[in-house]
Amino acid sequence: MKSVIAEHLVKTYRNGEVKALDNLSLDVEEGTVLGVLGPNGAGKTTTVRILATLLKPDSGIATVAGIDVAKHPDKVRELIGLSGQYAAVDETLTGWDNLVMFGRLYHLGKTASIKRADELLERFSLTDSARRPIKTYSGGMRRRLDLAASLIVQPKVLFLDEPTTGLDPRGRQEMWGVIQELVKGGVTLLLTTQYLEEADQLADEIAVIDHGKVIARGTSDALKKQVGGERLEITVENTDITKTQEIVSRISTSAIHTDVRTISAPVSTGSLALMEALRALDEAKIHPLDIALKRPSLDDVFLSLTGHVAEEEVIAQPVKKKRGGKK
Amino acid sequence: MKYVISDVMTITKRQLLQLARIPELLVFSTIQPVMFVLLFRFVFGGSIETGQPGGYVQLLMPGIFVQTVAFTLAATAVGLAEDMKKGLIDRFRSLPISRGAVVIGRTFGDALLNILVLTVMAAAGYAVGWRPTSGGLSIFLAFLFLFMFGYALSWIGIYVGLAVKEARTVQSVGFLVTFPLTFLSNAFAPTTGMPKALQYFAEWNPVSTMVAACRQLFGLKNEFGATANSWPSQHPLETSLLYMVLLMAIFIPLSIRKYKNTSN
Repeated sequence: MKSVIAEHLVKTYRNGEVKALDNLSLDVEEGTVLGVLGPNGAGKTTTVRILATLLKPDSGIATVAGIDVAKHPDKVRELIGLSGQYAAVDETLTGWDNLVMFGRLYHLGKTASIKRADELLERFSLTDSARRPIKTYSGGMRRRLDLAASLIVQPKVLFLDEPTTGLDPRGRQEMWGVIQELVKGGVTLLLTTQYLEEADQLADEIAVIDHGKVIARGTSDALKKQVGGERLEITVENTDITKTQEIVSRISTSAIHTDVRTISAPVSTGSLALMEALRALDEAKIHPLDIALKRPSLDDVFLSLTGHVAEEEVIAQPVKKKRGGKK
Repeated sequence: MKYVISDVMTITKRQLLQLARIPELLVFSTIQPVMFVLLFRFVFGGSIETGQPGGYVQLLMPGIFVQTVAFTLAATAVGLAEDMKKGLIDRFRSLPISRGAVVIGRTFGDALLNILVLTVMAAAGYAVGWRPTSGGLSIFLAFLFLFMFGYALSWIGIYVGLAVKEARTVQSVGFLVTFPLTFLSNAFAPTTGMPKALQYFAEWNPVSTMVAACRQLFGLKNEFGATANSWPSQHPLETSLLYMVLLMAIFIPLSIRKYKNTSN
């Protein structure tokens, strides 16, 4: 069963000047994680805002758990959790204050709100800072609290809009751990990200979007295959280059490529090719300095799909357009 | 819908909690009106002849009361704009809460703060010689008027905050509107000295009618600022009441609708 369905969503800003979503369709199978991957301004946030009932599309239909988000936003709100890229909590209040407040707004009752707040603070390792204003929290702690606030009532579908944008590597790792725990619990998750690695780590399936459209979707592996198979890469001493080239050309399916002392070539048999290469090198008494089976990264995927690198867009894009896309 | 009241109370409570967590906020929201009381009392008070028993401070206090509650407009607008900017309003809108709760709760929070501010100001006024001469009921009514005026303006603040969105712009817009409105009135000086066109404006200015109404309720003869025989200066209580009802009738539905349709 599909928990989230978006069909032909169109959203324009400033009287059609900025096209945030251009016939975007996607869906999320119940209990799975869909990673929506794209650069700034690609339409990720707009998509999430429409699905989370914060924004009405110009046209197209979206449903969450079978309920039309435009027609019955109230019902959808009871089923979803949303955590955005900015910590949407009251920074002057303490973490505990915030969670109790949100509990009350989910109509939990006073005692239940307090109990739930304590549970969530414990679960997200925030108990020690529970009584401190959020202002004093680190970026990672804020995000965790924000996430906790979206889990007050176990949501059927969780939307995380760039949950690690702006975090340092440690904060990101922590956040990934927390999200992976959630996923184990069986929540349906739609996650947007600009980080290829993040989608790779967390998502069952990835939808790559650019300029308001889904330009590719599939599992991380499938997307990588789409770009090209694995490559065997061997680095050897200068004296061994010719012999190694011979060995590799026996194993490889097509043309080999030599870059200084590194010989690389596409292979179709995966780890078998690697073992074959090792055996042949051993027989020829060649000791490789490095040997690896390289799989294409999502960076390669993005590059081959869009013709530009994902991160490049962040710098290249004018601020105005970026804001348009974020609305 | 059965949760409307509890939702509103939760949002209001949040604002009170903010004051408890950051007591400086409380100090700053009361220090400015108190400062105004002292400045006007001692800077202008000595040189303005009023002909009223008790001196300038009797006329001044109603003016400063009204000016202070008028700033509620900006306070509400800025608070809301900040919440929007920080994404808090988005979070609220993604929750299954009743539609008007977030904005209604904020107007209540700001109204409660006004009670406190008015109390502190009254004490400061008393300390520098302000003595209302009417009865307890009239004085209570005057404060009720002030409270309601602030509340009505809070709803304009909601609309402004939602429309302008940027907290700093909201702040400037708020001051640009509130300062001329409070000074183009009978609050601090008689309107008789103003050019004719301004006099006309000042007489119909809700700030003037409110100030006149309060003066009347505090037991003053309403001569300072009542220039002509125009209806608002003859009937300040009725005019003020009319203004408040009108403002709320327009801005409550307008602001709630705006809130529902606003996307950051």
